[in-house]
Amino acid sequence: MKEKHESIPEDMYKEHILELYKNPSNYGILKTPTHKKTEYNSICGDEITIQLFVKDGVVKDAKFNGSGCVISMVSSSLLTDKIKGMKVKDIKILKGEEVLDLLKIKLNPGRVKCALLSLDAVKGALK
Amino acid sequence: MKLDNNAAKALKKDFPIFKNNPSLIYLDNAATSQRPETVIKSINDFYEKENANISRGLYTLAEKATKKYEDARKTVAEFINAEKNEVIFTKNTTESINLLSYTINSLVPKEKNEILLTEMEHHSNLVPWQQLAKRQGLQLKFVKIKPDFTLDMSDLKEKLSDKTAIVAVTYVSNVLGTINPIKEIVKLAKQKGAITIIDASQAIQSLPINVKEIECDFLAFSSHKMLGPMGIGVLYGRKKLLEKLSPFNFGGGMIKKVTLDDTEWADVPYRFEVGTQNIAGTIGLAEAVRYIQKIGIENIHDWEKELLKYALNKLKKVEGIEIYNPGVNSGVSIISFNIKNVHPHDVAELLNNEGIAIRAGHHCAMPLMKKLGISGTCRASFYIYNTFEDVDALVSALKKIGERFK
Repeated sequence: MKEKHESIPEDMYKEHILELYKNPSNYGILKTPTHKKTEYNSICGDEITIQLFVKDGVVKDAKFNGSGCVISMVSSSLLTDKIKGMKVKDIKILKGEEVLDLLKIKLNPGRVKCALLSLDAVKGALK
Repeated sequence: MKLDNNAAKALKKDFPIFKNNPSLIYLDNAATSQRPETVIKSINDFYEKENANISRGLYTLAEKATKKYEDARKTVAEFINAEKNEVIFTKNTTESINLLSYTINSLVPKEKNEILLTEMEHHSNLVPWQQLAKRQGLQLKFVKIKPDFTLDMSDLKEKLSDKTAIVAVTYVSNVLGTINPIKEIVKLAKQKGAITIIDASQAIQSLPINVKEIECDFLAFSSHKMLGPMGIGVLYGRKKLLEKLSPFNFGGGMIKKVTLDDTEWADVPYRFEVGTQNIAGTIGLAEAVRYIQKIGIENIHDWEKELLKYALNKLKKVEGIEIYNPGVNSGVSIISFNIKNVHPHDVAELLNNEGIAIRAGHHCAMPLMKKLGISGTCRASFYIYNTFEDVDALVSALKKIGERFK
């Protein structure tokens, strides 16, 4: 068994992450979205589209689709769960750290962009 | 020096990176190769013992530095069988190609208004021509790739016409590993009076290049993919053509005489080497050439073929793998692949956890990805210091990854 060098990071692919990747919540499209945005991560080819149904300043429904790595897909799933029922004005001030915390894992710096892709798309949709 | 698995293993000792990262299994040579101790030392020695600016210094140190720089040019020229003054030092392949795209107008007759590229080009041999076409109202055409990942030569013959001004083709694909038949392509292009430009950045490290035999008009490559330092590249051009090119950057070092109103350009290649160059870089590059020549480029190519054969055989047994490579007879040891249900970024991440370095993404070839119908691939690229054990480690790790994502 090879001895691990310090440059090798901790395994991010915990059970709860892989489970959510295989069965993400809110994957699909809305019948009548009021807001929509697609964001890309050109480094690795992730593409996420967020669709929202907003009524009376509140996100009533949210879905995402597209293709991406585990981190971008899982954070899209967790974020769309979080924002359902939230006021638009509160979503607009959501911080990146709050989204990263949803994942409950230690993220390597190279994956932060993947994790925040869905937040970029949500905020972009609500602009 | 013939390379076999034991020789390749022994070569690792020449590269300090492996001493400093003992668990590293480096399979990203298409992105950049590693540097041998002798190359690093040659750069340090220059800075420590002979550092001075070149050409116009009149003291011993400056003369030594100038000689080293011009000797480096000679070494590089001999490596590709060019004349010494047909070698222009640039920053990298990308800059070489950009330089051409800005200056090539003086070589193109007005009635020629098409540029022929291929679907497998790296962005660096696509975007400069795309932008030139936009600026000048030219038409871009692309030679198709066949399902076996080789170039469709009948499509090339169909798309070549009397209107073709430029044919710019990669010698080796940085994604597919495909070796293109550039001698034939150049011959066909010449029959239509087109200027030929070869992107040799993925070929220079393992295929013998003889510009007089290939007969291309221009050829570009980078030092850092062939064991040399980063920040230095080469543009080869046939002397008659270089003399007709106007300069691209202006300033010190590329002039014969300057008055307030006008300037007389220096001779080729100095006309294109503006300001203080990466002198240490050229010295490092020359040392890299000598390191490769000591092993022998044919021996390097043979070892890559062995690794490719071994790797393809083992990889095809990985469940759910899709390989994008034309096979041992048509490719170098660059292998792009995907694992079913696993995004390339995740494959790369999990391989990193085992100390294995590959690349994942579009590899600066987005149109090629679109043609293949995917957003990205994993890419493992092998070089002289890689061994069968490196391949085994990759395959075993890939099998584990496939299991986790089932």
